[in-house]
Amino acid sequence: MGLLDQRFESSNVVVTTMDKLLNWARLSSLWQMQFGLACCAIEMMAASASHFDMMRFGVIPRATPRQCDVMIVSGTVTLKMASRIKRLYDQMSEPRYVISMGSCANCGGPYWEHGYHVLKGVDRVIPVDVYVPGCPPRPEALIEGLIKLQEKIRNESLAQKKAV
Amino acid sequence: MTAQEIHDLLKERFGDAVTAAKLENVPDPFAVVAADRVRDIALFCRDDERLRFDYLMCLSGVDYKGKFGVTYHLHSLTHRHKFVLKVEVPADAPNVPSVESVWRTADWHEREAFDLYGIVFTGHPDLRRILLPYDWEGHPLRKDYQVPEFYNGMRVPY
Repeated sequence: MGLLDQRFESSNVVVTTMDKLLNWARLSSLWQMQFGLACCAIEMMAASASHFDMMRFGVIPRATPRQCDVMIVSGTVTLKMASRIKRLYDQMSEPRYVISMGSCANCGGPYWEHGYHVLKGVDRVIPVDVYVPGCPPRPEALIEGLIKLQEKIRNESLAQKKAV
Repeated sequence: MTAQEIHDLLKERFGDAVTAAKLENVPDPFAVVAADRVRDIALFCRDDERLRFDYLMCLSGVDYKGKFGVTYHLHSLTHRHKFVLKVEVPADAPNVPSVESVWRTADWHEREAFDLYGIVFTGHPDLRRILLPYDWEGHPLRKDYQVPEFYNGMRVPY
């Protein structure tokens, strides 16, 4: 900080890096793609409701992918739905993140063997940032996953481009 | 009416079209009827004063290996009695007359049985797949169904 040390006359100046500023802004207002696929969606709704209140982390459900930063894949991804999910993901603007919520979205869950109609893990069609295990995960677990995602965003850098 | 009385009434009216029955020691007493007469029997079950089966609770498809079946669970809200009709058709020609014109409920139920078993309901006004995508190949609840390796570029097995 030597270069800028003691150079400002008033105290309402904050010195930071562009990386930190952008990351702070991004992780503090993760707007969420509003859709649910199965029973995990009930837990996701509970996490959004007053008791757990995900909005205190800046997570606001949005009805269009164009306004979203994070997609929470909450539930069983059928093959019929997978192509829709891919399209919704493609419609989100970058930077975009994905939380895979629950066993079904992680790996097919109870449908892993006989589910002819189930995609065995949403990471087969879109890249996933955080996996939240559980069947379904409690709202606390989803919030833990969200905080993990925030940590991940906090350590991002403009110099290192994300792989997506 | 008891299951025995319902069965006797159907037997008296349709004779040989009622091929078999099991009326005791089962949760739901049933009669097996000829597939080509099932619409007439359904209409009689709905309209006869003594039966008045005004509610089709469920229509399901069955794979008996070598032949397919359709099961109709009937309920009368008027008389508060129940009965089950069963139909069997050969696997190489699984055609069953549609009862959509008798109970509107049967519309989507028959589409589901068609979707998952490939049972063709003749006379159905709109026999399309209802659950699976339109470009899906095969009928997954058949016993001899093989899960495809890929669907639209997505790997299906674990």
